[in-house]
Amino acid sequence: MNLKQTLPITSEYDIITARQAAREIARQIGFNTVDQVRIATAVSELTRNVVLYAGLGKVDIEVVTRGERQGIEITVSDQGPGIADIELALSDGYSTSNGLGAGLSGARRLMDTFFIESRVGQGTIVKVGKWKN
Amino acid sequence: MSSGVPILKVDDYWVVAVEETLHDQSVIQFKEELLHNITGVAGKGLVIDISALEVVDSFVTRVLIEISKLAGLLGLPFVLTGIKPAVAITLTEMGLDLQGMATALNLQKGLEKLKNLARMEQR
Ligand SMILES: Nc1ncnc2c1ncn2[C@@H]1O[C@H](COP(=O)(O)OP(=O)(O)OP(=O)(O)O)[C@@H](O)[C@H]1O
Ligand SMILES: [Mg+2]
Repeated sequence: MNLKQTLPITSEYDIITARQAAREIARQIGFNTVDQVRIATAVSELTRNVVLYAGLGKVDIEVVTRGERQGIEITVSDQGPGIADIELALSDGYSTSNGLGAGLSGARRLMDTFFIESRVGQGTIVKVGKWKN
Repeated sequence: MSSGVPILKVDDYWVVAVEETLHDQSVIQFKEELLHNITGVAGKGLVIDISALEVVDSFVTRVLIEISKLAGLLGLPFVLTGIKPAVAITLTEMGLDLQGMATALNLQKGLEKLKNLARMEQR
């Protein structure tokens, strides 16, 4: 099994490729169905944001271990416009594209760990992780 | 270009089974095709089955809400069917709600629900 995968995000087709890849890796390391869907959905949200707001980016999917525990870590990054107010972007219902404003906040709730770093004019990195029970 | 999603009329009811994962443009395209159909030809109701969807994210949820709102404005009863349990759990956790949409287990149950509704209204 390929424990690390990097995929480019250049169009909306890559949203599907990325979330399916993440789900498949999650399945292979034994995440249950609900967790697989949580992970795939989070990837869908984060990669769509790249397509919508930055145009281009990439996603890194990695299997991680801490002692006995195994998990998955996904890093979605772009060099787009960045987010001026991260607090605001993370709040439910906030959207600059007429969306539901549920992508970032939703991904945060679906995963165990969530880290975001963004600089205006430089880009955005969102790193999310989930540990197997 | 067509979305490829079949939109059928069964006994005066609009019936749609989304059969495979759609990319965003196809979702938008499908919505347009559906709206064109249901605003053009009268129907007694609309059932959309999404049992083939492994992932429903905020984008697809928004489109479903838009369809549901328009059906409501047209007075067209709408039932969403076949949501996978894992998808339902995920949506709830994300804080997304289907805004009171009627749901049923599968297409057949959805159609029955609509027909029962029509019968109740006749009385
Ligand atoms: N990678 C990014 N680069 C620049 N801005 C971003 C990025 N990701 C999110 N944003 C900003 O944060 C806002 C909130 O993002 P979020 O994904 O929560 O909602 P949305 O994309 O607007 O709607 P939804 O995801 O529900 O369809 C966006 O509207 C956008 O302004
Ligand atoms: Mg989003």
